[in-house]
Amino acid sequence: MAATLDQLFVQLLHGMTAPLPEAIRPWVALAISLGAILAVFGLCFGITTVCERKAIARMQNRLGPNRVGPYGFLQFAADGIKTLTKEDIVPRTADQVVHFLAPLALLVPVVLTFLVLPFGRNMTAMDLEVGLLFFFAAGASTELAVFMAGWSSRNKYSLLGAMRAIAQMLSYELPFILSTIGVVMITGALSTTKIVEAQAAAPGEWLARWHVFTPWGLAAFLLFLIAAFAESNRSPFDLPEGESEIVAGYFIEYSGFKFALFFMAEYLGMFSSSGMAVTLFLGGWTAPFAFLDWVPSWMWFFGKLGVLIALFIWVRGTTPRLRMDQLMDFAWKFMLPLALIILPTAAIWHYAGRGWLGWLVTAPIVVGAYVLLGRSLVGRRRIRQRSYRYAAT
Amino acid sequence: MLGIGLIKGLAETGRNFVGSYLDPDRLVTVEYPEERLPVKENFRQFPFLVFDGEKADIGLRCVACQICEKECPPQCIYIEKSKDKKPDHLGKPQFYPAVFDIDISVCMSCQICVEVCPFDAIKMDQQFELSTADRFRGLLLTRDRLAKPNSHFQAIHPRDAAEIDMRRVDERAKAEAKAKADAEAKAKQATAAAPGATKAVASTPKPAAAPANEGAIS
Repeated sequence: MAATLDQLFVQLLHGMTAPLPEAIRPWVALAISLGAILAVFGLCFGITTVCERKAIARMQNRLGPNRVGPYGFLQFAADGIKTLTKEDIVPRTADQVVHFLAPLALLVPVVLTFLVLPFGRNMTAMDLEVGLLFFFAAGASTELAVFMAGWSSRNKYSLLGAMRAIAQMLSYELPFILSTIGVVMITGALSTTKIVEAQAAAPGEWLARWHVFTPWGLAAFLLFLIAAFAESNRSPFDLPEGESEIVAGYFIEYSGFKFALFFMAEYLGMFSSSGMAVTLFLGGWTAPFAFLDWVPSWMWFFGKLGVLIALFIWVRGTTPRLRMDQLMDFAWKFMLPLALIILPTAAIWHYAGRGWLGWLVTAPIVVGAYVLLGRSLVGRRRIRQRSYRYAAT
Repeated sequence: MLGIGLIKGLAETGRNFVGSYLDPDRLVTVEYPEERLPVKENFRQFPFLVFDGEKADIGLRCVACQICEKECPPQCIYIEKSKDKKPDHLGKPQFYPAVFDIDISVCMSCQICVEVCPFDAIKMDQQFELSTADRFRGLLLTRDRLAKPNSHFQAIHPRDAAEIDMRRVDERAKAEAKAKADAEAKAKQATAAAPGATKAVASTPKPAAAPANEGAIS
């Protein structure tokens, strides 16, 4: 029973594609998987927006949306209808073609990144040998789309937003990728499926071998998560769309459904990087304890994904927006050195083994690096009396 | 250490989130159309005309003296005095407003009309849900829309209303006592004059009519 439930969607896909000729079968399977991904994560997007608004409202002692449907949970449908029926305004001076293409160029790579995520046992839509590389390659091309949107709108705010977005995304791309190298070193694979399988509990062990349970893995997980916040332009890294400064950033000149596409791409980007964090560090679809193996694998994946999304929402409800110099300092002076220190630490862990020796050697390195780098980032600020050059004292 | 502040912040918002389900102090929003906070007694929003008794056209306290119209800083009150007179609560014949309009798109709720009214006829209301689809006639409150019973005034301003009601009862008692005394004095005068010559009988209606005229003038 548990096995049937576990492989339910795999069997369903197999049953749908079995009568087709051999030549087109993988393509049809891919198309169906893509459709399923779009449907599932499209719905997730809607529900997440409502849950996010309600959760943040609760954090601010408010009630949040509660008018449409039971407890306001159909708010996303109302919002969707509203954006669909709105007039699509294109500025007269905008570059029409690029302006039209930008939301598509943003959404398509984001959707493609979902193809390599293993949602469950045998549930990877496109099981590439270099899945991780594909993920980062597709994910990085969103930056181009962001700049297309900002440039083609011919609006100073959208251009400023795009410049900020480029600076931020390029800076955080480095720790984003570097923090995953440790995982690749340990597992020796770029295939997401193999990375997940390497994290399953070995026979006889009660605890799974998730990378987050190791010193270097925990640090890399946090780095990856912070970089994912920045990559998805979410608070506290939402400078590219800072309302109080540049109105809405790079998608200021978009209205109606195109605006909804930007919004959707942002959330889908959040889902895919959360999904990758789950895959790399939280053991993907594996159970944390050996005795919980009977729970269907895709439930584990989506459960972990939900926890990470809740964390995203929680952080958004808590943190204020960073300043540009703080943002850059954090990326280049803290995250990048820490990511580089984690690499040899992962190598040491590989040779020292999973026992007490590994912990004894690697944990002090990671904690020490964290404390020292953190102190260098925030500790040296000294408040002096301000001196004025021209004003009378 | 780096990150401590973030964790403190997360703890605070987390406490708010969980607390919003348990502690009413952490969910302070009042869902306005369904729930309402009680209005403060001193809250004021646009004037209304007080009338005594059941019917607005009989009990209206306003005597169309037009002081409020003259004092109103934004000039939002328009009054037309009546041609005839009606008795007020003391029984004196008084004018009444044939037209009494307040344009609440102009009114600034300054309460000066209330301050200057010698008859306690105009008071501040607490009605603030006055949105309307017709921005001209919908925001021009006519006499019939402005007239509200004294019970309404007692409900929204209990302290002021009690004081004014007491004063009015006193005034009325005094007026009745005075009328009684006058009537008695007149009766005495009449009885004293009665034994006189037959000429005096013709003059008796004159003093009897005099108090009524006096009252109307004062």
